[in-house]
Formats: sequence, structure tokens, C-alpha cells
Amino acid sequence: MDLYEYQGKQFFASYGIPVSDGDVATTVDEAVAVAERVGYPVVVKAQVQVGGRGKAGGIKLASSTDEVRTHAGNILGMDIKGHVVHILWIERASDISEEYYASFTLDRSAKKYLGMLSAQGGVEIEAVAETNPEAIAKIWIDPVDGLGEATARSWVAAANLNPAATDGAVDILQKLYRAYTEGDADLVEINPLILTPDNRVHALDAKVSLDGNSTFRHSSYEAYDATQVRDERETAAHDKGLQYVGLAGKVGVIANGAGLAMSTVDIVNQVGGSAANFLDIGGGSNATVMANALEVINNDPDVKAIFINIFGGITKGEEVADGIIQALARVNLASPIVIRLDGTNAEQGREMLQPHLNDRLIMEPTMLDAARRVVALSGDTPK
Amino acid sequence: MSIFVDENTKVIYQGLTGSQGRYYGLLNRDYGTQVVGGVNPKKAGEEVDGIPVFATVKDAVAATGATASAIFIPAPGVRPAVLEAAEGGVGFIACITEGVPAHDEAYFYNKLKRDHPEVQLLGPNCPGIISPGKCNIGITAGHIAKPGGPVGIVSRSGTLTYQALYELKLMDIGVTTCVGIGGDPVPGTSFIDCLRAFQADPDTKAVMMIGEIGGSAEEEAAEFIKNEMDKPVSAYIAGVTAPAGKKMGHAGAIVSGGKGTAQAKMDALRDAGVQVGLNPTEAGQLMAEIVAKL
Repeated sequence: MDLYEYQGKQFFASYGIPVSDGDVATTVDEAVAVAERVGYPVVVKAQVQVGGRGKAGGIKLASSTDEVRTHAGNILGMDIKGHVVHILWIERASDISEEYYASFTLDRSAKKYLGMLSAQGGVEIEAVAETNPEAIAKIWIDPVDGLGEATARSWVAAANLNPAATDGAVDILQKLYRAYTEGDADLVEINPLILTPDNRVHALDAKVSLDGNSTFRHSSYEAYDATQVRDERETAAHDKGLQYVGLAGKVGVIANGAGLAMSTVDIVNQVGGSAANFLDIGGGSNATVMANALEVINNDPDVKAIFINIFGGITKGEEVADGIIQALARVNLASPIVIRLDGTNAEQGREMLQPHLNDRLIMEPTMLDAARRVVALSGDTPK
Repeated sequence: MSIFVDENTKVIYQGLTGSQGRYYGLLNRDYGTQVVGGVNPKKAGEEVDGIPVFATVKDAVAATGATASAIFIPAPGVRPAVLEAAEGGVGFIACITEGVPAHDEAYFYNKLKRDHPEVQLLGPNCPGIISPGKCNIGITAGHIAKPGGPVGIVSRSGTLTYQALYELKLMDIGVTTCVGIGGDPVPGTSFIDCLRAFQADPDTKAVMMIGEIGGSAEEEAAEFIKNEMDKPVSAYIAGVTAPAGKKMGHAGAIVSGGKGTAQAKMDALRDAGVQVGLNPTEAGQLMAEIVAKL
């Protein structure tokens, strides 16, 4: 779950990380009210989950009520790379002496936490990593050890921050580490982490991605989940508990298992077609899940043909076939279906499907044959 | 021979009294696995279809001589369950449960490496392990695997593992051991752990590897194959056409910042001399050609 900046800042604040005084606004009047409370000058920031907000005119400085009115009015409703702005974050503007970068994430190769700290903040860290890698001080933290103050201090020293920032940075990094671990984040990033002329260190931005698997111990994350950016199809699928990712093509894909679903998307593309989605229905026998999956795909106007690719493991072929037959009776489909059923008792399953087959419900023996057939039905020429 | 588990492996099930644990525990027993006990602190002294239930892993190990544990406990309880298994004295832990927070995985992975380096953890979020004809721990349908060898399989994906087993069975090719390492960010067992074990196993003559997008585990495996293996390997990588920034079902399966693409993985594997198929069937056929030449 990727958080908006305002959510990220609220998340940081809950771990004691200093952020600018500010609040959320969804109307011009609310924006003015926040500005009056925190005091001028303020920054009016569009809340969208896409880079390049500033360049698009989504971040403006305002020194008066009139300026807040003007900027808030302009930014609300603005389209930034396809993301319409509905929410603003208004905060007290900060004086900046220096800009740093700090983050924690998982290094999957080392299987340890990777902390990155740089005196060169405020820019894309990838660019710093490319042009000046020694400007990033990296530490690998064993989750069993955690991050103690002594380690944080030597890490800050290695990053060559302004000595005036040392104590503030050591404190913030330990709090950021707590936010990362106790908050079950996949990523916490502060860019820029700033040093003010009066030698305070604080987070001017917040990038936070939370682990969706951790919601059982963070009931408040449901609110974050509700604000996730999903296209209409993804929202419908998410509501039905399906593992669905929207793509841009014409063949609707249903498969059991994430690997097989990915593989199905691949093979559709490889034989000259285009997949409209990734959809993993898990076990694969349940008629309700299959009907839900078919409904989600049926509601996608771009879908011209559907590919059901099921491999029966513990779930037997006849159970899978029964699930498909029942689901078909519940959903009125706009597109033809090609089925590939293999694995445990596949023959029995295929026999059950046989009487239902017609030019709108077709069965093919292999994944490759089925992919070619469904691509042809979607209007492309199979390779 | 086989790797990690065989006919002598005695398995206890943490979560045997739950619906999933019971279902797969009994299926595994029907397959021939030595299922010797279950663990549930609230149901010690009871039985599940004749299998005794103990309060702790330690008790179960003491009473049965168990050498392995299968974890079917819901995600919130997995962290303590894995630690209990390691402390309880089993040498192999297969954690099937999905939805475990990444921070829990990172914690118990490193805790085990430090305090119980002799314990091999598999998973979480994996289908388990099967040494066909000898031992099946997890959710793999045993009958789709032909016992014997000469092929070892290691896979990040569940259904694609079954697909691979099935493709080989259709071509009458046997499997020594098939390990599903799972698709999570911190898998207890890596490709390299399995490749090293297969390289050392005299009955495994060739290895089939199934990877997917995300991370760099396949690239690291390629490096290992290049430097440390002389047995032939065929591979398939799922997610060739997956868009960047979208998680494809598995928590680990995401292309981010241009890293973890299928193309980079396939290139690295080919560079290591691996036969790479563009779909599971092709990878199976490549393996058949390899086996024919053995």
C-alpha cells in the first residue's frame, strides 16, 4: 500500500518524527482555514501518487489568504499525468539550509534491512546512486539487532552531514527505523530531510509503502487501503477478494496460481495477442470464485475473448469443471471463452465440459493451443 | 537419493488441528509421509485421525523423534511458530502459510541463521517439498510426480511447480526432489540452497528451475550455476510481459526501478549455460532433451 504524502506525514508524526505543521484540505475554504491556523507562508501541495508534481504546477508557495485561494482553486481538480487532484496538503513553509536523503527498505539479496543516508537530498536518489554512489552512506541492519544509537551516530558521520545536523539526524533515523519495523513498512523514505537555519532537522516529504500482509496487527491501515489508487476493474476485483492487475489488452485471463497467471499473460503476448489483465483465482474449483472472476472480466469493455487456464493439483479436474459450468450459468458473458484444463483428473473434467462446448465455449488441449485460439478470437493474428 | 527430506523424515504439523493442517497432513500421510504428530498447546493429548497432538514442538520431538515440521498456522502466529520449531529441535521446517508480514520473515530468517544455523527453513508462502515416492510435505498433489530421478526441481511458484512435475511425468521423467521455495520477499530456502544440494546429490543428474520477476534471486542462482555446478539446468521465468510497478500476485513478484525483469534473469541464466524455455512446456521439453543425452 503506497501512502499519499499527507498519510505518510501523519504516519511519521505518530512515531515522533518532526514534520511541518499542516493539515489536509479538500476545498478552497478548508485550505484557507489550515493556512490561517499554521501561519504564513504556507506550501499548497497536490496529493497524487505520481512523480513530477512540482513541475506540473501541483506545489505552490502562498504568503497570503488570497494566494492560498488562488493556488488551492487552481490545483484542486488539476490533472497530473492522469491523476486528478482531490486532496491538498497545506503546511507551514520551511526555511532550508541543507537537504538530505534518508530511507529504509529490505535488501532481498542480503536478507537484511538497508538504510541509505545522503548529504545530497532533494533530488532523485537513483540519480545520485548513478553519478556519485559514494555520496550515499549505506548500512545493512540485522533485524535481530535493530538500530542502536551508536550505530546511527557512526552512520550519520559516514554520510558527512553538516555537524549541526548530527543529533537531530541520529534521533530521526532511529524513529524512522521504528516506523519502518513496528509500522510494517516495505519502504520509508524522507527526501528531503532538511536542516533549517536554526539547526533543526525535520522531514519535508514522506514516502511510505506499507506491507498489506500486516493489516491484522494494524487496524488503522484499513483507512489507507480505502484510499489506494486502483482502476475501476481493480476496485471491483479487490472488493471480491480477487488477485487482479489491470493491463491494456484484449484477452481476459483467469488462472489458478500467481505463477500460472503470469505465465498465461506471457504466453498470450508471446503468440501475438494482448492480455487485458492478470487474475489469480487460487485453488480453482469454487464456482463462486470463478463466477466472480468471470464477472470482473466481463465488465471490462476492452475484453474480446477470455482464457481460462487451470491446472488441477489437489483440486481435481471434475471439481474445476463443475465450478466452471456453475459459474457460466450465473454470468451472461459478452465474450467467447477458451479453456485449458490440465493436471489431476483433467480427462474427467474435460468430459464434463464436453456437452457445454460450442463456438462461444471452446476447449484446447495445451496452454499454447489455447493461447493461439483465444488470441485469434480477440481479433489478432496468432503467431 | 533426494535432498532435504526422504523416507526417514518424521514430520509433525503445527496446526494439524486446523482445517488446512488436518486436510494436508492427512493427505501427506496417505502419500506415505511419516506424519508422527501435531502441535497445539490447547489440544495436547488429543488425536487427529490417530495422530497424537502435543503441547509443544519440543514435546512432540521428544515423544516421536520428529525431524521436520510443517507449519499450517495462520499468518499472525507464524513468527512464534517458526522460532518454536527451530528451538524445539527439528532440522527442517516447511512453512506453507501465506500472508506473513515481510518483517516477520526477515526477523526469523536472521534469528535462525544466528541461533540455529543447522535448521533449514522452507517458505513461508510455499507449496512445500516432495521427494516423490518417499516424502511429501505441503500441498503438492503427490501423484503428479514420478519418483526416482534424474531431475531435481526448484521453483518460486506453486502452480508452475505442479505444471513442471506434470510435464516431466507425461514424458516419463522422474524427479528426485521438487522444492517450492515460494514467492515471498525473504524465502527461508533460496534457489542457491537447492542448487547446491542438487549438485551434491548423486541421484540428481539435471535440475529444472522455475523463477519469476522481482528481486535478483535468479541472477544470483545464475552466478552459482556458472561457478559451482556441472550438472545441466533448464529454466523458465514467469512474468516476461509483466508491467513495472505492479505486484503480480506474489509479494516478491514486482519489477521496480527497472530491476528484476524477466529478460535480465533469462539473459543471466543463458550466460551461465542454462537452457531457458519461453513457457513451462518448452522448459519441460528442453529438460527432456537434456535427460535423453545423460
